Amino acid sequence: MRRILPHPLLTLTLVILWLLLVNQVSVGHLVLGALLGWLIPFATTRFWPESTRIRHPLTLLHYLWVLMVGIVHGSFHVARLILQGPDHLRPAFVEVPLALSTDLAISLLANTISLTPGTVSVQLSTDKRTLTVHVLDTDDADAVVAEIKQHYEVPLMKIFEQDVGSC
Amino acid sequence: MLNTALVIAFALVSLAFLLNFWRLLKGPDAPDRILALDTLYVNTIALVVIFGIHRGNAIYFEAALLIAMMGFVSTVALCKYLLRGDIIE
Amino acid sequence: MIDILLSVLILTGAALTFIGSLGLARLRDFYSRLHGPTKATTLGVGCLLIASAVFFSLRDEGVSLHEVLVTLFLFITAPVSAHLLGKAALHLKLKSLAPMPAQDDAPSDPA
Repeated sequence: MRRILPHPLLTLTLVILWLLLVNQVSVGHLVLGALLGWLIPFATTRFWPESTRIRHPLTLLHYLWVLMVGIVHGSFHVARLILQGPDHLRPAFVEVPLALSTDLAISLLANTISLTPGTVSVQLSTDKRTLTVHVLDTDDADAVVAEIKQHYEVPLMKIFEQDVGSC
Repeated sequence: MLNTALVIAFALVSLAFLLNFWRLLKGPDAPDRILALDTLYVNTIALVVIFGIHRGNAIYFEAALLIAMMGFVSTVALCKYLLRGDIIE
Repeated sequence: MIDILLSVLILTGAALTFIGSLGLARLRDFYSRLHGPTKATTLGVGCLLIASAVFFSLRDEGVSLHEVLVTLFLFITAPVSAHLLGKAALHLKLKSLAPMPAQDDAPSDPA
């Protein structure tokens, strides 16, 4: 099974992307999309060194919902800060110690941080243990770290690497 | 109603373009200019999409998709250049 | 009714796009400027694209969802470009209003 269909999730994603791209659902496009979705993973197999498994689909859905709310909230928050003017801002760099260990989970966390209120991830240390985050307006750096860890890192941990154990 | 909204949107996005150009010319450093260019790309997508609604023609979407991809790739290439001094290693 | 919804979406989108650029022009150091285009502009263009999807779905008697592709693409790429720009700025040691973090001299390659 794994040899015929190395990345089933990738195949499914590609089929959906193809249907969105041609903007219509028909049997012909479904077949063409399925063919592409089957062949492309073979061509790109070297880009996917570790196979990823989603352990809690429901947690993932909930996470996506939290992320969406965070994006909308974050954009309006930043818009308000910009309109208030640069004099009220208290920018800071914050170091977030990471408990995640897989590359995929770390990149997802970094992207999430960049999209949510007032924070942009700017640097990952060489040993992949700390993420430097720039906060636009804060007076309590520890609270920011705690919020990131609680809201975003814990669910990602649960989804991608729960039984990896300690790290 | 919709037309008024579209005209206002055109005006706002054009003003955004002017601000971006100002930052692009002023700098002061290379990352500032790259950020301005990146924002220009995203604003171009906005403009193309508004124009597509205005003309009622869905074909402008393809242009928006291409601009989104090219913009991202060029930003990444420029950042790589700043970080390493060359792009293809 | 739909007209009102579309107008609100378009105006919100354009306003957010404008505010993102305003932040780019107005804020005082590079790291703060990074925030405006990454978040406000991305959601602004997202709003415009959703408006476009609704508009063409209603007009052409069929669901037009391919705008969702550009929206998704923007939401995936915006944080990546922001991260790379921030890293390049740290690498070049651009000055910041906030105290600088410890430097990592061998940049690794995430995301």
